[in-house]
Amino acid sequence: MGLLSRKVTCNSHGQDSSYFLGWQEYEKNPYDEVKNPKGIIQMGLAENQLCFDLLESWLAKNPDAVSFKREEQSIFKELALFQDYHGLPAFKKALVDFMAEIRGNKVSFDTDHLVLTAGATSANETLMFCLAEKGDAILLPTPYYPGFDRDLKWRTGVEIVSIQCSRSNGFQITESALEAAYQEAQRKNLRVKGVLVTNPSNPLGTTMSRNELDLLVNFVTDKEIHLISDEIYSGTVFSSPAFVSIMEVLKDRKLENTQVWERVHVVYSLSKDLGLPGFRVGAIYSNDPIVVAAATKMSSFGLVSSQTQYLLSAMLSDKKFTKEYISKNHKRLQKRQNKLVSGLEKAGISCLESNAGLFCWVDMRHLLSSNTFEAEMELWKRIVYDVKLNISPGSSCHCTEPGWFRVCFANMSEDTLKLAMQRLKSFVSSITIDNQTHQDLKNMRKKNRTKWVFRLSFQSFHDRDQGER
Amino acid sequence: MAAISKIATGNGHGENSAYFDGWKAYETNPFHPTDRPDGVIQMGLAENQLCFDYIEKWLMEHPEASICTAEGVSKFKETALFQDYHGIPEFRQAVAKFMGKVRGDRVKFDPDRIVMSGGATGAHEMVAFCLADPGEAFLVPTPYYPGFDRDLRWRTGVELVPVVCDSANDFKVTIDSLQSAYHKAQEANIKIKGLLITNPSNPLGTFMDKDTLKNIINFVNEKNIHLIGDEIYAATVFMEPEFVSISEVIEEVECNRDLIHIVYSLSKDMGFPGFRVGIVYSYNDTVTSCARKMSSFGLVSSQTQHLIATMLSNDEFIDNFVAESRERLFKRHKYFTWTLSQIGICSLKSNAGLFIWMDLRKLLKEKTFEAEMDLWRVIIDEVKLNVSPGSSFHCHEPGWFRVCFANMDDYSMEIALSRIRNFMVKNNETMVPPRNKLCRRTSLKLSLSRSLSRKMDDFIMSPSIMSPQSPLVQART
Repeated sequence: MGLLSRKVTCNSHGQDSSYFLGWQEYEKNPYDEVKNPKGIIQMGLAENQLCFDLLESWLAKNPDAVSFKREEQSIFKELALFQDYHGLPAFKKALVDFMAEIRGNKVSFDTDHLVLTAGATSANETLMFCLAEKGDAILLPTPYYPGFDRDLKWRTGVEIVSIQCSRSNGFQITESALEAAYQEAQRKNLRVKGVLVTNPSNPLGTTMSRNELDLLVNFVTDKEIHLISDEIYSGTVFSSPAFVSIMEVLKDRKLENTQVWERVHVVYSLSKDLGLPGFRVGAIYSNDPIVVAAATKMSSFGLVSSQTQYLLSAMLSDKKFTKEYISKNHKRLQKRQNKLVSGLEKAGISCLESNAGLFCWVDMRHLLSSNTFEAEMELWKRIVYDVKLNISPGSSCHCTEPGWFRVCFANMSEDTLKLAMQRLKSFVSSITIDNQTHQDLKNMRKKNRTKWVFRLSFQSFHDRDQGER
Repeated sequence: MAAISKIATGNGHGENSAYFDGWKAYETNPFHPTDRPDGVIQMGLAENQLCFDYIEKWLMEHPEASICTAEGVSKFKETALFQDYHGIPEFRQAVAKFMGKVRGDRVKFDPDRIVMSGGATGAHEMVAFCLADPGEAFLVPTPYYPGFDRDLRWRTGVELVPVVCDSANDFKVTIDSLQSAYHKAQEANIKIKGLLITNPSNPLGTFMDKDTLKNIINFVNEKNIHLIGDEIYAATVFMEPEFVSISEVIEEVECNRDLIHIVYSLSKDMGFPGFRVGIVYSYNDTVTSCARKMSSFGLVSSQTQHLIATMLSNDEFIDNFVAESRERLFKRHKYFTWTLSQIGICSLKSNAGLFIWMDLRKLLKEKTFEAEMDLWRVIIDEVKLNVSPGSSFHCHEPGWFRVCFANMDDYSMEIALSRIRNFMVKNNETMVPPRNKLCRRTSLKLSLSRSLSRKMDDFIMSPSIMSPQSPLVQART
């Protein structure tokens, strides 16, 4: 008899994906400037490490906020006992104000619509439990964050159907792609419950255009389905075009009292904008009171520690701090992204033009031995094991075209980034030399050819002759 | 129209139960000594508030336990970034050590089997997801914590099959009752995947002896089903005999360890429900590995992991804390139960937990759950105490109530007791002629002489029956 559940024995946790395997390799041989200078540099982790000095200086200036004291009285007991799933009111207020500030105060958020969860991981799963059932489907534009396979599908039984996006228009969502995905789901006998987009996008690092957002609103209105906008990177938009939240679009189109208003839900977290993934602070924002009520009860399975809520309520209520933080965060991200982009250029590598996020969507199609995902994996393995950089292959993000990689830039020092770029440049040069050498060899053998020698020696390069570089 | 899911619109969250109605009554009119002296006193919340002064003192002396103070800020960045679902190693080690200490160091726990979860609430759901598929079931002895209906069933689709226990043998779990429940489920084509026991028990406040646990382990082995031991009240055992954990018993009996799983939390033993520190400890490698991946949905905040790691690795503090906590629980429990007995109210003899299982059967108009609900409404609306009716714990006999005693200060306790006393006197007056003896018996003295307190002990150790001199002997049944 099956002693354990099917969830244990299946692979839906998604951890056999290369996205996670690369991390494992990194764990075995992590780069350290002093202790392990030849180790693997982690460029697969979308962390924001650029502003800890700002956080630490705030802590130093606010000892009371951090020592469980309010007006000289210890509030430890109060916090230790606080397990109300409605959340600490002061924290929710500070959080909605912060969310509004990130959006240039063009929209405001109501604490009654906000549900706190243990990270965006929990927020996304909880929304699925609220909106969909086993056998339903959610449409997601590709490429998308690999963790969604686990977060949205594993324990919920919900399916993901891809909205296929391509390089030809900068991976933007089109009406035809939306429609095609919807039809695909129907063909598979899956009932479509909604669309989930990440805006700004992971892994693209781009903000969605107003046109795309309008398209989405029209689509979900027409199909009468939900729209989830995962906006966890909203505070990382460092250059134009400015971030436009789905809430802003609804407001501008005066859709507040329409049916679609209650079908739009936003996911947020402090893991990326504030760089605090360890604190597990996520949130669901919904205009549907039934969803808010259900999600609030479900949040019992993953509440935010009251200790953490308290610390962050103090920090985020300090408007002087949040203003300075948001601004400096943008500047430093922009500077760092520029360094990555120019480093890649020196290696003859381009990337998708981006204005947000903690990573770039890098184009290495020209380095593939063939236009296949096998070749992408081959290249990826070389980059991890030989070049010693852990980057994320596009296939792990369900990209439909091989050769793209997500490369993070905000989770290391500037020196480490420089080193990573040097390694990459050397690698690319060596491939070029290799290609040249093989080309010469090929020409030579053509002269002394016998069919079977030709076939044996050049089988592996046959495709390269015919495929794209 | 895009509907919301059945899970979201249904009642699986269980909040329509009476258990929560009492909370709502309390929330609209909470007791406060000066601001709301007539408010409802909360006796429905199993919290441990007796040792905060002790912990706060330790915190003052150890600023490095916080990553935000000058002494601890050097760890801020690495902690803030740490989201590895394996958990901070020092945290796992400290929790494993604490769990061992609470069991008198009779067992050792392996830090590598410690898996985090969003409180015991998250732990239970996670274990259900790992061990059972939708439609399958766990056996659960009654009475049981109402939250299990939500935690184990709501989003998992798993069912609960009650194992009925009754007052005739002090609600003990017997092998006969387990066999009976198991076979009934089989006949109804329900696949039983495991047995969940809460030990020490909520709401009973009792725990199982070694023989019972051995029998239970033999039972699960024979049926090849899982055993989930919720041991979240392990450190609240305040009186002899010593608590026996499943982890100890499996060292003494032949057993397939792949079937054994423990759920733990710091919410009751330490009094930290707000920090959401839940633990799944499974002896099954596959479950441990899967649960660890699932823990992504409810990791413990790294800020909190750091605090707990620092605190629980301080041996001297923990040894003293556990002893002090036990002492205070013992005193509170003793005073509470003794005073109640003087008023003619008895409860199940218990030596653990943060509550008593109060026997009010004799106050029911009739032996029905409707009568229990009527009595309960009176207790909330007139006596102004939020207590939890036995029916919300799936008790099969009406008239039992869970009453918490560790979530308030001494003053509130006195007020609660005086309200109960007044209610009993009033009730008595309507039922039997007033007796002078009653007033004298129920007048309380705060300080007791040694000889008197020894007599109290004798009284308390005796079985839970009404004293023949109790004025309620002639009360309606």
